[in-house]
Amino acid sequence: MNVLTQPFFQHALLAGTAIALAAGLVGYFLVLRAQIFTGDALSHVAFTGAMAALAGGYDLRLGLFAATIGVGLLLGGLGSRGRPDDVAIGSVFAWILGLGAFFLTIYTTSRSGAQGGAGTSVLFGSIFGLSTSQTQLAVLIAAAISIVLLLIARPLLFATLDEAVATARGVPVRLLGFGFLALVGATAGEATQAVGSLLLLGLLAAPAGAAIRLTDRPFHALALSAGLAVAEMWSGLLLSAEAPKLPPSFAIMATASAVYAATFLIRPRRTALPAAA
Amino acid sequence: MDPSARSTGPKSGAEPVLSLRGAAVRVGGRTLWSGVDLTVGAGEFTAVLGPNGVGKSTLVKVLLGVLPAAAGEVRVLGGVPGARNAAVGYLPQRRSFDASVRIRGVDVVRLGLDGDRWGIPVPGLGRAKRRAARERVAEVVELVGASAYAHRPIGQCSGGEQQRLLIAQALIRRPQVLLLDEPLDSLDLPNQSAIAALLGRICHQEGVSVVMVAHDVNPILHHLDRVVYIAEGGAVAGTPTEVITSETLTRLYRTPVEVLRTSDGRLVVVGQPEAPALHSDRHSEPGAGGGHVSG
Repeated sequence: MNVLTQPFFQHALLAGTAIALAAGLVGYFLVLRAQIFTGDALSHVAFTGAMAALAGGYDLRLGLFAATIGVGLLLGGLGSRGRPDDVAIGSVFAWILGLGAFFLTIYTTSRSGAQGGAGTSVLFGSIFGLSTSQTQLAVLIAAAISIVLLLIARPLLFATLDEAVATARGVPVRLLGFGFLALVGATAGEATQAVGSLLLLGLLAAPAGAAIRLTDRPFHALALSAGLAVAEMWSGLLLSAEAPKLPPSFAIMATASAVYAATFLIRPRRTALPAAA
Repeated sequence: MDPSARSTGPKSGAEPVLSLRGAAVRVGGRTLWSGVDLTVGAGEFTAVLGPNGVGKSTLVKVLLGVLPAAAGEVRVLGGVPGARNAAVGYLPQRRSFDASVRIRGVDVVRLGLDGDRWGIPVPGLGRAKRRAARERVAEVVELVGASAYAHRPIGQCSGGEQQRLLIAQALIRRPQVLLLDEPLDSLDLPNQSAIAALLGRICHQEGVSVVMVAHDVNPILHHLDRVVYIAEGGAVAGTPTEVITSETLTRLYRTPVEVLRTSDGRLVVVGQPEAPALHSDRHSEPGAGGGHVSG
């Protein structure tokens, strides 16, 4: 029987498409706002949140989303006022990841019938293991993220490029910044289910980075980023389904990185005028 | 003398575009300036001058309604500041775009038109409206003379080119007032005079009142109609020849200041104190604005 007609693959395709769409849209602004660092922070937090929920006996996704959205908002609250130094970032991130390992140990030693692979599946994703209900929820959340992002896209672009002027024009700049980080948090939680917490940053950054290199029109770039993310998700899933030795996370990230690398081979169209005044 | 009499009223005789009467502002509990009286009429070019740190940018924020005035009356286009911001163009103190910003100049200009609207432009919808918007962008880009590079990523434009595009962004909604915060900062001399001439043209030909914060009056001197000079504790407003004189500035600074005119017409202010180092000295005295020059 063809693997493409199997329920596990169709679930993965459905959830993967929705997740990639959200990641591509949110990722564009993440790159534009130079907040990739936030995505990095969230990938540490995602693992720990999921493990904490498991250790406490809750649904893994509850901890996952609570942690990513909560920390996204926290980072928004710190804003530019509290910019911690490198050592603080390094130690705190490592400590958070260590906390995740601690929760994982509690979970595997205290609960009978615990899945020993829970840690690995959060770190590296388990998109081929989604049930029907998990798929439905993932699609719904991703659709909500995408719709909200499209609704705030234009003022968010204004606030990103020109904060002072946008404020004077009555754009709620601070509120948008908060809302955006909540969306980033939700997207990180979604992407964790697809490619795992360790690799989610790639899904957020690579398609957006490629799109920004390919076009200098903001709304084209936004659409291209989403389109590339979905295409990369599809080819990764297909690749992994045809060659079972390739785990889906690896295949998706390999495609995404390859596309990003390929954009460096294309010389962007540019009128080569001298920079005269 | 009555403060309003000092500033020759608006040209048309209608309500002034901007007016400040005994305005003062406090930031973080300390009074930056007080006793500022200023009237700007339609199509007038006004410069806000004064030493660093005296609160010139704060004046722009008060006019935008971002910061409240602590005392006095401030009116912008016949309303309280901020009420009619759709008719106010604003160019904040600049920060230039990083070379990595790959967004075209026209897209940045366009944000000035509809950047505060929710949603995204949907392909195929509102074709006529979008053509009108595109034409307005092209028109205003042409007005500032930026057509040659407006379709390049703004990060790859020079400082002067970026400044022209940002002026276009501020002008796109046909504002009645343009507030600019040190727009000539970090530009070389030829660009300074070119941007100054552009602003003078926008002001006197398009009838847009321009209020511009500057630390050097010379590039804009022969475009100016009015000057407000802010120093610690006080302010003087009037025409450049009235205000930028040894007598007025000496009174304003309460220390001997000499204004010299070079052979090419440039003004040099000698003996002008920089921003005060000891704020506590200044603000311990009650009514820091008491000493402002009243004409």
